[in-house]
Amino acid sequence: MTDLLAARAQMAMSLAFHIIFAAVGIAMPMLMVIAEGLWLKTREEVYLTLAKQWAKGTAIMFAVGAVSGTVLSFELGLLWPNFMAYAGPIIGMPFSLEGFAFFLEAIFLGLYLYGWDRIPKLAHWFAGMMVLLGGTFSGIFVVTANAWMNTPTGFSIVNGEVTNVDPIAAMLNPSSFSQALHMTIAAFLAVGFAVAGIHAYFLRHDPDNLFHRRAFAIALSVGAVFALLQPISGDISAKRVAKYQPIKLAAMEAQWETERGAPLRIGGIPDEDAEETRYALEIPKALSFLAHFDFNAEIMGLKEVPREDRPPVTIVHFAFQIMVACGIVLITVGIIGGWLAWKHKGLPTQRWYLRFVTFCTPLGFIAIEAGWTVTEVGRQPWVIYNIMRTADAVTPMPNLVVPFISFTVLYIFLSIIVFVLMRRHIFQSPRLYDTN
Amino acid sequence: MLTLELCVAGVMLISLIIYMLTGGADFGGGVWDLFATGPRAKSQRTLITQAIAPIWEANHVWLIVIVVLLFVAFPVAFAAISTALHIPLTLMLIGIVLRGSAFVFRTYDVQSDTTHRRWSRVFAIGSVITPVMLGITLGAVAAGTIHVDIESGQVDTDFISAWLAPFPFAIGFFTLTLCALLAAVYLTLETDDTALQEDFRRRALIAAVSVGAMAGLSFILSAGGAPTIRRGLGNAPWSIPFHILTGGVALWGIWTIWNRQFRLARVLVPIQVTLIVFGWGLAQYPYLVTPNLTFSNTAAPDTVLRPVLIVLIVGGILLVPAFWYLYAVFKGAARKTGQTEEDIST
Repeated sequence: MTDLLAARAQMAMSLAFHIIFAAVGIAMPMLMVIAEGLWLKTREEVYLTLAKQWAKGTAIMFAVGAVSGTVLSFELGLLWPNFMAYAGPIIGMPFSLEGFAFFLEAIFLGLYLYGWDRIPKLAHWFAGMMVLLGGTFSGIFVVTANAWMNTPTGFSIVNGEVTNVDPIAAMLNPSSFSQALHMTIAAFLAVGFAVAGIHAYFLRHDPDNLFHRRAFAIALSVGAVFALLQPISGDISAKRVAKYQPIKLAAMEAQWETERGAPLRIGGIPDEDAEETRYALEIPKALSFLAHFDFNAEIMGLKEVPREDRPPVTIVHFAFQIMVACGIVLITVGIIGGWLAWKHKGLPTQRWYLRFVTFCTPLGFIAIEAGWTVTEVGRQPWVIYNIMRTADAVTPMPNLVVPFISFTVLYIFLSIIVFVLMRRHIFQSPRLYDTN
Repeated sequence: MLTLELCVAGVMLISLIIYMLTGGADFGGGVWDLFATGPRAKSQRTLITQAIAPIWEANHVWLIVIVVLLFVAFPVAFAAISTALHIPLTLMLIGIVLRGSAFVFRTYDVQSDTTHRRWSRVFAIGSVITPVMLGITLGAVAAGTIHVDIESGQVDTDFISAWLAPFPFAIGFFTLTLCALLAAVYLTLETDDTALQEDFRRRALIAAVSVGAMAGLSFILSAGGAPTIRRGLGNAPWSIPFHILTGGVALWGIWTIWNRQFRLARVLVPIQVTLIVFGWGLAQYPYLVTPNLTFSNTAAPDTVLRPVLIVLIVGGILLVPAFWYLYAVFKGAARKTGQTEEDIST
């Protein structure tokens, strides 16, 4: 394993691990705030129990998210010092703002988790709102910094030196809005369906348990609402990528030739040596339409750039297909749930539907991992698109395979523990029934 | 002249001081978890857990603030530090991960004594590794062994000799003793149980003496190990009065602990730690990474620093009251715990 590959593997592994906990830290507060708000409004004890139970699970996830996020902020320098020396000041604005957002999140989480009996009820609910806002903005700012790597703006290069740095312009780069929107919605969507899936599992065995009924209703509503919003943000993202990173789009779609009226490919196996994609189901002209709103628009193919400037096509193409497939399934679950609820005027607890939702528990997170794979691998071989190669950013430190293996072992260990603890926590759910 | 980069550097130094006083004490709690002994070992652990549970995550963010400001405002220094000190920083991160996750795992895992003890051990070891590695990093930054070519920004390093030396290690363990001292002093005020209070009084005294010993050792080693710092600490016009002030506060602190004036000790010991960190900052000025990276030759352009300072001011206005509220709720006068904890260990 070369040092460059080890560094990339360590960064990818750290991000893939952290993103799960980050998404939970962003979205769980929304579920908690809704439950607690319903308790304040209705005074039904079950909502308070629910908020507390969710808060406990979130505490574990949040702590692991906080420490794995710290690892990432150091890894930027430990693995990519040349990138940070170059880009640190330019993307400093979103990182500084992220620092404050995360700070507020951590402060109010402490108040939320340990302040149930110490602060007034409304102040407690407000603390939950602050956790939600802090987490959401923290995520938005970090994604904004990543967006800059895809579409770097806000500086100029004179004789190889960076000058005229405008941190605000860098923060408001062309990908910021679309990426931040797509990821934020993804977090709520993934967590909403994951939580709904867990409670659906219990409802199948214990259909009258009020605790799980209320939990399922809240989580499924959040998941479904954001699932319906996600295609809109996906469309905005796709159009941005088509405009600013045409080679990434070509890799996502395994499009080799530049052509007008390019087809949308479903499945297919890209052959990077032969420069062609086999066995794909092609929908004529659909890609041109989706990317540019014009059936005959020109789509740039991978052959436009030399091989050393192309991202690994197979990975990007498959990851994109996986993300879209998961998204479509979740949107379907949301629509069916809404239709069942409307038709039967109640919670959609049909056994087959509960089974379906349970099956979907991990899909949102799989979509998040796949989506980040598209973003990050699709940007290769660049760390700053068209400006700095990943290979030029890596640290001169030798034997990088050692920290890679160390962190991998550490994170596998943590994953197992978190899984066991969350499982136990979930199986200790209260049994509450309607006494009327 | 007060330049923009010095303003940012000032905020970083203040953040480091607050991190030591808050997050450092949390690590110190882990140290005392490791050394929890005697008939009240279990009560000691419970007290430490209750004291840090609501606040450690917020305290931890000060470290992130420092790192972010370092790479935003002094990118070349950040790159040089994280290249030359890759190994201690990686070990510090492993400590941070183990400490934080073991702490929540212990709270939420089955409450059997065996499981509890196992997580306690991981939590405590993580709490020891982290400040030692942080201290080694700061010691290496001060030692003058990280040579950087200003023009190219390239670091001349073998990745080991900059930190694997007596002076950085002395600073590492100096940092650890400071954390332990802060924690012990804070913990005397977290309980009404006088026996438990006595346990931490004794620990505070041991820690205070260790701090003195490590401070002396660090000073002696600085002659060969960190000449720039030694010059600052020994020869500057402010150095003698500053040493007298720090030493005086330290002795007064020990006196108050001895006489069980814990409230006064909780004021004096943080002042002592503040003076130590501040003195290090003064001694090292104008170098960010000795011997050739200064604040001014590594600073980002003013177009970057100005908005960052605005963010710091606006963010501070939001943050300080929130941080204060967190402490008022959990560390306010009404807060007393530990006395309800039955002593069941043998």
